[in-house]
Amino acid sequence: MENRWELNKNLAQMLKGGVIMDVTTPEQARIAEEAGACAVMALERIPADIRAAGGVSRMSDPKMIKGIQEAVSIPVMAKCRIGHFAEAQILEAIEIDYIDESEVLSPADDVYHIDKTKFKVPFVCGAKDLGEALRRINEGASMIRTKGEPGTGDVVQAVRHMRKMMSDIRRLTSCAEDELFDEAKKLQVPYDLVLYVHKNGKLPVVNFAAGGVATPADASLMMQLGAEGVFVGSGIFKSGNPAKRARAIVQAVTNYKDAKLIAKLSEDLGEAMVGINEQEIQLLMAERGK
Amino acid sequence: MRIGILCLQGAFIEHIHALDKLGADSFEIRQKSDLRRSFDGLIIPGGESTVIGKLLGDLGMTDKVRGMITDGLPVFGTCAGLILLAKRIENDDRTHLSTMDITVMRNAYGRQLGSFACVAPFEGIGEIPMTFIRAPYITEVGANAHALATVDGHIVAARQDNQLVTAFHPELTDDARVHEYFLGMIKGK
Repeated sequence: MENRWELNKNLAQMLKGGVIMDVTTPEQARIAEEAGACAVMALERIPADIRAAGGVSRMSDPKMIKGIQEAVSIPVMAKCRIGHFAEAQILEAIEIDYIDESEVLSPADDVYHIDKTKFKVPFVCGAKDLGEALRRINEGASMIRTKGEPGTGDVVQAVRHMRKMMSDIRRLTSCAEDELFDEAKKLQVPYDLVLYVHKNGKLPVVNFAAGGVATPADASLMMQLGAEGVFVGSGIFKSGNPAKRARAIVQAVTNYKDAKLIAKLSEDLGEAMVGINEQEIQLLMAERGK
Repeated sequence: MRIGILCLQGAFIEHIHALDKLGADSFEIRQKSDLRRSFDGLIIPGGESTVIGKLLGDLGMTDKVRGMITDGLPVFGTCAGLILLAKRIENDDRTHLSTMDITVMRNAYGRQLGSFACVAPFEGIGEIPMTFIRAPYITEVGANAHALATVDGHIVAARQDNQLVTAFHPELTDDARVHEYFLGMIKGK
């Protein structure tokens, strides 16, 4: 199992500096690959539409996911509901490259997350702070992303979560070693994970930004705040010119410190997704699964 | 000695750390202007070959990098780097830098469930740990290239003059001997 977890962490390392895009059809998947996505997230409805439609949101049709697996050569991810290990088993059976145990879908279990150590395929999970991140890693997640607030096109919550995580990490690194036991208690995570963060100043797995990224500038902002890569959900295929915007975001992530280049990339991208402001949101997905 | 690391996407930090361990100086290449600095060797890391290939093109770097390699700049490609250097890709019409006389198969071991680690002999080094992540392998080395390691009957490392490629990721293990081998190539140039 140890070996499998290492290999799964390693796959996330290969995704670093890249953009993972939500797609709903094989055609969108090809556009994303062509634009330079390092992986795609296959789902029936992008978060903005899930939000608009309301109701219970579940794992996508395996047939639809398989269609996307056939369409592209890059890794394909798919979402299951929090705690729904049977959906995860189905995704593993169709050899998905990464499972996102995601707060975007309706949670299936309001207490327990999936015991991800029981699976061979890797999991990515959302987190709002260091405690959530380490709890998910302890359950077997081999990649973390900030939750942000999916489907809003508003980056404020992704920023809040990334800043919180980074400041939690910085604080741990400055703790005295004998203070770490109490930190582990407060974070509700095992001591060895706390010790790892204290010594290394980072999570033991790759950490991406997600939830509300809509422009090259948003992507650059998240990278500068410490993200190792970016998920873009609704931001691409809810915008005026998906291919062009996708390409611009990919380049902005690679050269996230080069404002001149990002200025150029931000020209003539057409309309960004309309978005919802924080105070207009009916449903806070980030509050699901802690 | 200074090594340029192509940092467009993927696991480039790991290469920088491996070189740090060996006391070799390195710097990040993220755009065309970075290629103007002087350097003695180039590493193309693992990641997604489609993404790195695409960014090389979009950032106007493909021809320049190709020219440097054909002019003799020592280059080391791991996984995606191997695919980028290959002249022929069996299951893809796109080729990228296309400087090395090998034919490769992308995602040759299947999806992530096919990823694995093993220990196998590497010519001139001995037994080394190898980590394969959605890896390619080499189906054929041309007359100008030479196989350096084989796992389960498939070629997973090769060299052609100034070009070194591995289908696996030495940068993900603690064993720095393949990087040392590459530094030896630069010194012996």
